Amino acid sequence: MSTMDIVQILLYVVILTFLAVPLGRYMARVFSGEKTWTDPLFRPLERLIYRLTGTDEQTETGWKQYAGALLIFNFCGFIVLFFLQLLQKYLPLNPQGFGAVSPDLAFNTAASFVTNTNWQAYAGESTMSYLVQMAGLTVQNFVSAATGIVVVVALTRGLARKSASTIGNFWVDLTRSILWVLLPLSIIGALVLTQQGVIQNFSTYLHLTTLDGGKQTLAMGPVASQEAIKMFGTNGGGFFNANSTHPFENPTPITNFLEMLFILLIPAALPFTFGRMVGNPKQGRVIFVTMLILFLIFVGAAYSSEIYGNPNVTALGISGPSAMEGKEVRFGIANSALFATITTAASCGAVNAMHDSLTPLGGMIPMLQMMLGEVVFGGVGAGLYGMLIFVILTVFIVGLMVGRTPEYLGKKIESWEIKMATIAILVPAVTILIGSALASVTKAGTSSILNSGPHGLSEILYAFTSAGANNGSAFAGLNANTPFYNIALGIAILLGRFGIILPVLAIAGGMVKKKAVPEGPGTFQTTGILFGALLAGIVIIVSALTFFPALALGPIVEHLIMIGK
Amino acid sequence: MLKQFTKGFAMLLVMIVLTGIAYPLVVTGLAQLFFPHQANGSLAYKNGQVVGSQLIGQNFTDLKYFQPRPSAAGKDGYDATASGGSNLGPTNKDFLNSVAERANTIRQQNGLSSNQAVPSDLVTASASGLDPDITPEGAMIQVSRIAKLRNLPAETVENLVRHDTTPRQLGIFGEPRVNVLRLNLDLDTLTK
Repeated sequence: MSTMDIVQILLYVVILTFLAVPLGRYMARVFSGEKTWTDPLFRPLERLIYRLTGTDEQTETGWKQYAGALLIFNFCGFIVLFFLQLLQKYLPLNPQGFGAVSPDLAFNTAASFVTNTNWQAYAGESTMSYLVQMAGLTVQNFVSAATGIVVVVALTRGLARKSASTIGNFWVDLTRSILWVLLPLSIIGALVLTQQGVIQNFSTYLHLTTLDGGKQTLAMGPVASQEAIKMFGTNGGGFFNANSTHPFENPTPITNFLEMLFILLIPAALPFTFGRMVGNPKQGRVIFVTMLILFLIFVGAAYSSEIYGNPNVTALGISGPSAMEGKEVRFGIANSALFATITTAASCGAVNAMHDSLTPLGGMIPMLQMMLGEVVFGGVGAGLYGMLIFVILTVFIVGLMVGRTPEYLGKKIESWEIKMATIAILVPAVTILIGSALASVTKAGTSSILNSGPHGLSEILYAFTSAGANNGSAFAGLNANTPFYNIALGIAILLGRFGIILPVLAIAGGMVKKKAVPEGPGTFQTTGILFGALLAGIVIIVSALTFFPALALGPIVEHLIMIGK
Repeated sequence: MLKQFTKGFAMLLVMIVLTGIAYPLVVTGLAQLFFPHQANGSLAYKNGQVVGSQLIGQNFTDLKYFQPRPSAAGKDGYDATASGGSNLGPTNKDFLNSVAERANTIRQQNGLSSNQAVPSDLVTASASGLDPDITPEGAMIQVSRIAKLRNLPAETVENLVRHDTTPRQLGIFGEPRVNVLRLNLDLDTLTK
């Protein structure tokens, strides 16, 4: 443990909080249709988009039409991305002449990018043309992130409005989240990253002779533009196979710090947006603080495990940090552990170290955070709506304990909401466990394992957890580009996304109709420390009960083996 | 229903033009205008010839050069079209064997005793397989070999390593490191 490590971690948390507050306030104005200082810039473009697509920005819809529009838009995105990959050979901007992507891989990749997962069973620099990377993958990076944002905005409206019937207009929310939030942040982010060394060009790969006479070919491409939205949208799909470990994606400690900030910036801002939109900033603050405390616990755990390192390596007469396999010198232990925690707190999945080579417990923390449903800040939009599901569950359990009808924000929580919340928690959990079980007992599943023993189980468990939680990072030793994994994980990805979004919108639809009930002496306050602690407890207990047996057989056994030798 | 699909595709088309074509082109234009060196790969030159990128590690088979970290990118390592790590887990026997093997090779090459500690970055594969850096300790342990093979005073080489050590960025971020390509380029100017 070193002082500089702690300083970097704390500095990150402070700067993140400092930036999240104003951004949260700004987004509340954007989604309430209030004036913002950026209106003169984006308003003309917005009007043009509505004219081109025949959108009436004054009409709002109920939750069913809202969900319908969302599903149709995502389906269109899926179809276009699927066929772009199959046809890339015949399309422009393919200087390396890559051929058609196989149908099972194209299915997996389309499902993965449409849902904000960005699981990648391919290596970017040897598979995808510049056109697919830009017009296919980058586009989905924007619109899948926007999809997450609009769902949480719709849920917020459902909770904030009293005796109403509509939760917003999907097309308007989508357009505004891209024009007012994602696009401007990405343009600035991409340029700052380029200044530090991230590449941005359309050149063919560069062949050169190295200093001592060897040959090397440098992969090129429009990387910075994809890198920025990959982070801001918590997408995580790397331009290159090595993702943010690659020096052309993440060249310096500064880009690393910025990329970590980009990942959690919008997710950390959204609780503040929520607080303002429901008319009580304290309601947002308590959620933010709960997330922050859980985050610090997980960072601490991951960092401790990586610093403790691998005693088997030290025993071979090796000095310095022993867990350097799969890490980059410029990031070292602290920044690798911090990045791994951030990327799995969010549904990002970008990596700056190879998670498969993390220490057993250092690799378990990312897995555990994904199993919690990525509610510690979480994906853009997805993190907060996931956390609000747990809020509803917490309020319900407290209501049971004191024998009162549960209420949240002055509205009764009834059986419809609890049913939907239960579905949203069960679908990903069942997907992860059944998927992992299936892969662990079939030849098609186990033949892809790289590391045998308990670590092999961890590889499978990580894959299905990452898919079910829409994260996208991997224990990449597992060979996932097989028809079995492409299809099984593709299905897990779709279930993990829409199996939550639909119940969440259903809750929005149920809540928006309700009358406000006046606050009484028995009303449970959802703004204090007690509530925050209960919420954190429920999050941990629900997930621990579901996943502890699986974790015990994978990372925990491996840890015992590692220190036992 | 059909109307909704038409609208879905229309919106998608707008987004493709806006975020998939206009956005990357605008960023490329600005990047090439303001940061052409970085946007094109931060290339490194020797006598006007491109010899690599300052950001991407490369193989050095000649022991007269400082050696980089082991690389799992491609068959021979440092293949910049096949980035990636070994993905070997911490208890994998093959992993531990190769660490032991690499440590012994480094001890032999640098004339170290069999129980002398070797810095971990020199015996572990990086995440990208293209790590351009080694730690200052990883460079120092190679100094006496370089000095001997190049007929230079050890002190000169040591000073060069110190000169080429990049500190934490802004004094805070990341770890101190030595860019191997930069160090070896400077080494060549030293001996001509």
